[in-house]
Formats: sequence, structure tokens, C-alpha cells
Amino acid sequence: MVTQPTSIDSSSLDDSSSFQVGPFSLSSRLILGTGKYESFEVMQQSHQAAETDCVTIAVRREKLHDSDGRNILDFIDTNRYILLPNTAGCYDAETAVRCARMGREILRDLDNPGAEWVKLEVLGDSRTLLPDPLETLRACEKLVEEEFSVLCYTNDDPIMAMRLKKIGATSVMPAGSPIGSGLGVINHNNLSIILEMLKSEDRSFPVIVDAGVGTASDAAIAMELGADGVLLNTAVAGSANPVQMARAMMHGIKAGRLAFLAGRIPKSKYAAASSPEVGVIASRVKD
Amino acid sequence: MTDNFIQVEINGQPRQIAANLTVEALLKQIELSTPAVAVEVNLELIPREKHPSTLVQNGDQLEIVSLVGGG
Repeated sequence: MVTQPTSIDSSSLDDSSSFQVGPFSLSSRLILGTGKYESFEVMQQSHQAAETDCVTIAVRREKLHDSDGRNILDFIDTNRYILLPNTAGCYDAETAVRCARMGREILRDLDNPGAEWVKLEVLGDSRTLLPDPLETLRACEKLVEEEFSVLCYTNDDPIMAMRLKKIGATSVMPAGSPIGSGLGVINHNNLSIILEMLKSEDRSFPVIVDAGVGTASDAAIAMELGADGVLLNTAVAGSANPVQMARAMMHGIKAGRLAFLAGRIPKSKYAAASSPEVGVIASRVKD
Repeated sequence: MTDNFIQVEINGQPRQIAANLTVEALLKQIELSTPAVAVEVNLELIPREKHPSTLVQNGDQLEIVSLVGGG
């Protein structure tokens, strides 16, 4: 007769904490991109498989002679997903601010709540796609002044992260590694410092790892270190099976979050046996 | 250029359009892939409610943008 386990507090098996980013309370900690999919259909299925409730979107010049006729908005249910417009491709603060205003304008027309916020990205160089910290800071300041909730893409520099929080960024979003590189979180130490510094006074200040994720374990690591969420695009869109990878990301993020909440064991240089060391039947000279 | 036409730039391309068009009227003339666009004239965003009252002038630089996939 087996003793039945005492009942588990089921709330501990799921992460019930809400993920508040500026005006929005998100049920998923995964924010997914809409770029680089082989088709709008695959994108749509990936969003569904990821169980995300927020997807990023870019602002570009309208192609005035598009024969295709299909528009991405026909494949995103704007009643279901909060759109997060980005300023991707901007290399100076002025252009990024203009881009943010235009994104907001379109989302207001669409009646999508995403008009409230923006993913600010101001790049410094096209080969690394690393952010330009000075232009990013200037643009962030201006957008905060214009009452945007600014989710700010930045490098993994703790000091820069502090500066962005100080000038009113709603969320700081350090890159794990360069955009689209798939290298994962390269500098665990810096990310840990960023999390500690940004959350020292307010545990709920959202830090989202944005860029560099290659596979589900990368997303899990970001979450285990204590990030509040992960924003990714290429790792799913560029995978051989994007829909499957989207699901893997969902699990990776949930696993990482639970592991963070549970609290990992400290790392140790030497082994610690799991089975008792007394009563072993073999007589072995202790070394 | 005659009196009935003006020269403008749309999304970086020179274009001749009818004179006395409002932004709203211009958008109706252009073949757009989606109605979900934002319009800037000379780097200033023109909110939707001002499209009917904003006249496109000779030499104006217009940006017409829409949403595309991105991360």
C-alpha cells in the first residue's frame, strides 16, 4: 500500500504572478515578433502555438504599387493581440521618435491598445545592430515626455540600464546577444547585475530580454536569471519548424520562470552525493 | 508643371499630383495595400482627423507608412 502524496498546492505549479508592463497586464511572458516568417499563415500559427498575447510590429514606407494585396494585419487579430510597434531600423533619435509617433497613429486608428507603448530601438551600426546608447537615451527621454510607455532596447550594460530606468523607461530590454545572432544570453553576469540594480527598489520593474535568443534553453536561462519576459523573433521565424519552436519557447519560458521562483541550488566546485554515504556495502578505502 | 498640378515627393519618390488635394483626397487616389497608414508632411505627423483639412502644397515631402512584420 502506497502512501498517497499529501496534496500539492497547485498554485505553486504554475506561475500565477501577473506580468505588468506599463499599462498592460500580460498573461504570457513571451513577446513574439512578426518578421521573417516564410508566410503570414506560418506566422499566425506560431503566434497561436506560443500562446502569446503581445506581438511586435514594424513601421515602414507603404509600397505604393503592391500587387500582392495581402496585408499583415489580415493575419493578426488585433482584438486578441496587443501590438507593440517598434522603431527598428532607426539610427538616430529624431527618426526613431518620428517612427514611434507614426506607429502610435496607426494603432490608434486600429483601436489597438498598443498605441500606448513603443519598443524603442535606435541602432548604432548595421553589422552588429547594437544600440547607439546616446541616441537611445535622447529618444527615450523625448518619448517619455510625449507620454509613451517606452520599452527600451539596450545593450547589456548595467549603467545604461540604470540611466534608462531613471529617465522614465517603462521597461528596460537588454539584448542577450546581437539581434538575430542566436547566441543566447552571452553575459549572464551583466544580466544578473542589471536585474539586481533595476529591481532593488521595485521588484516589479519589468526587465525583458530582447534579442539574441537561439533556442528554448536560451529563453529559459534568461528567465532563470530573473528576467520578467523574453522578446524574440528570428529564433522562431528562422527555425525549420517555426510553429514547433514557438511552442518550445513557450515551455522554455515557463520552465525558466518556475525554476527562478523555486530557487536554484548554489553552484559548487565539487560533488555532493545524493545517496547516503553511510551503510554502503562495498568497503572502500577513503581517499 | 501646369497650374493644375504640383510637384511633391512621396516616400522619397518625386511625383506630380493634382493641385488643391487634401491629404485625405490624396490617400484615396493612391493605391494603398491597407487603409492602416500614417502620414507625415515635411516630417510632421498629420493625425487622421486633420487629413480632410490639410492641403498638400507644391514641394511637400510626404511619408506614407504602414505596418509590416518585425521583431
